[in-house]
Amino acid sequence: MTAELLLQLLVSGLGMGFIFALIAIGLALIYGVMNVVNFAHGEFLMISMYASVFAFTLGGLDPVVTLPFVAVAMFGFGVAVYYLLMKRVLGGAMHSQIFATFGLMVFLQAAAQFTFGADYYSINHSWLGGTVRIGGVTLPMPQIVAAVGAILCTACLYLLVFRTRVGRSLRAVSQDRVAALTMGIDADRMNALAWGLAAACIGVAGSLLSNFYYVFPRVGAVFVLVAYVTVALGGFGSIGGALAAGVAIGVLQVFSGFFMTSTLKFVPVFALYLLIVLFRPTGLLGKQ
Amino acid sequence: MIQVLKSIGRSFSSMKWPLTAVVAGSLLASPATAQETIKIGALYPLSGAVAKSGEDTLNAIKLAVEIINGQHPELNIPFAKTTGLPRLKNAKIELITADHQANPEIGAAEAERMISQRKVVALIGTFLSSVASTVSTVAERNEIPFMTGDSEATPLTERGYKWLFRTTPTSRDQARDFFVFLRDLNSKTDQKVKTIAVVHENTLWGQEFGKSMAGHFKDFPEFTLAVNIGYQQGTTDVTSEVQRLISAKPDVVVHASYDAEAILFAKTYKQFNFTPKGVLAIGAAFSSSAFRNALKSDANYFLVREHWALDLADRNPLIGEVGQLYQKRYNKAMDGAPARAFQAMMVLADAINRAGSTKPEAIQKALKETDMAPSSLIMPWEGVKFDAKGQNTKTRGIFVQTINEAPATVWPFDMARTKIVWPKPAQ
Repeated sequence: MTAELLLQLLVSGLGMGFIFALIAIGLALIYGVMNVVNFAHGEFLMISMYASVFAFTLGGLDPVVTLPFVAVAMFGFGVAVYYLLMKRVLGGAMHSQIFATFGLMVFLQAAAQFTFGADYYSINHSWLGGTVRIGGVTLPMPQIVAAVGAILCTACLYLLVFRTRVGRSLRAVSQDRVAALTMGIDADRMNALAWGLAAACIGVAGSLLSNFYYVFPRVGAVFVLVAYVTVALGGFGSIGGALAAGVAIGVLQVFSGFFMTSTLKFVPVFALYLLIVLFRPTGLLGKQ
Repeated sequence: MIQVLKSIGRSFSSMKWPLTAVVAGSLLASPATAQETIKIGALYPLSGAVAKSGEDTLNAIKLAVEIINGQHPELNIPFAKTTGLPRLKNAKIELITADHQANPEIGAAEAERMISQRKVVALIGTFLSSVASTVSTVAERNEIPFMTGDSEATPLTERGYKWLFRTTPTSRDQARDFFVFLRDLNSKTDQKVKTIAVVHENTLWGQEFGKSMAGHFKDFPEFTLAVNIGYQQGTTDVTSEVQRLISAKPDVVVHASYDAEAILFAKTYKQFNFTPKGVLAIGAAFSSSAFRNALKSDANYFLVREHWALDLADRNPLIGEVGQLYQKRYNKAMDGAPARAFQAMMVLADAINRAGSTKPEAIQKALKETDMAPSSLIMPWEGVKFDAKGQNTKTRGIFVQTINEAPATVWPFDMARTKIVWPKPAQ
């Protein structure tokens, strides 16, 4: 057991952790503003990954180039989902909102399988395909970029939510929708903005992930369970909490996968989650 | 909460899929004749994480049914020149398909539904051994023959079931082939193999393969087990697994993985510059068309213990005929798993024809009496003959290596069309 190996595990864990975080942030944002859990979140990831992969295979465009376009397109998609679906069920009972996003998940998965088949697609030899070696530690480029992307994306989102007028309106709606309405804030627009931003985040995550992950109709389901745990661990609605929890989960699962059996590598993650909610039911950084 | 919603979703989608399956099944059946059809239920994963393999494998069964039902004077495959099954007044086979979503419980429920509502006379499937395990129990209880050409876990045929028949070799026999192959390879190369790492997924198939591998080391003392890693199927990343492999420094890695994780492992090996002398795998991934299409040139040089390869066509013309038909119909190359499923369907049809009846007992009796010659098979086997457990005893394995993005037979060395590339070049 060398220090080098421990460092390698830590770095690998951080790489995955930032991606978990980026996926979870969108989920946290929607919950924070609207108190709705988006069950189709994984499928948003799938759509953005398909977009990146097809831009590469059909148009020869590297995911780094298409990332902003995917993010903008996903923003539009998120806003459209809000106006066409979520807005209509918002007045209804809690479970009708859950079923709406759940139905959307089933629909998007089936639509992807119908359109693209069950085939796996992946990007080989992209610009970010290589590795960087520092000392004895190997750093895969896609994971470095994903980590940097995740940090930048979170920072931008943080600035937007906490340092701008729009962000203040967003927070106002999240704190008290009726009071925000009486102050002249257009709650509908804020909700749409939350959906758009969440989808844009996942667009960035999907673009970065497509550099080293395969895409198929159920790829969202692979990641989304981790995203739910991340959000719950970090505190529902907390962007900073999602970032911290995502990174913690990434590191923890790499270490437990290495030192325990691989099949049980998520057991410590769920154990940590249980432990934290026992003492802090709202999660690490959740609202009390 | 999520689990509850997932199960609701499952019941929704299991309502949707059988519907499409029934439509597909009735399209395959002859619409004009009023004659009774022979209903056979096929269970495969058509949605979920292994949908690709399920789709490719079921397609091969559909192709077999098409050849049996239609008239194909140009083909030399059994039942090609006639319509339907001759001894049943040329009755046609009606394939009723269902999606088990890689879920053993759904598989059992679908099998039950096919038997009680659709009145199938036999079942075929299921790709995943974990699902074959529950489906075979349903078949046994209902006394309906269940044929599997693609579920490999050894215990399936160790339970004393009377209605289960398996044409494909067990995972234990296949595990042994890795040692025989490596011993043979060691006698021919300087780059000798001493340490072996085993990496397997953790459903029934992978677990059994892992156990079988571990059990063979005592018969092959020149090899030692470097590390045995089981991983969760459908995992988000395999970084920790690959780090354990890097620390163990094995000469070769032997895999039991399905397509998705095979792609992920191959990508992660490359990311971390993990370059053992060879990466070997039990068939199902690492040489499948899904794997090759996803990875292109990065799919090269993986070695797979296969059952079948297109390049054996000049030894057996049936391989070329069926391979071409499959390519034409589905626009992709046929893999080993679809070829095995095709063969299983043909063996089942042969038994039903010999039985001259659709009574389950008659089909079971005919299956027990099956003794097919190599010349009637598309597999490079010595024949098909079942032992008392329902296991085909005449199978034979080959190793293929993907070279220039196409699988080539490289072992047994006397059968090889192409010379093995060893050790695996770093890419």
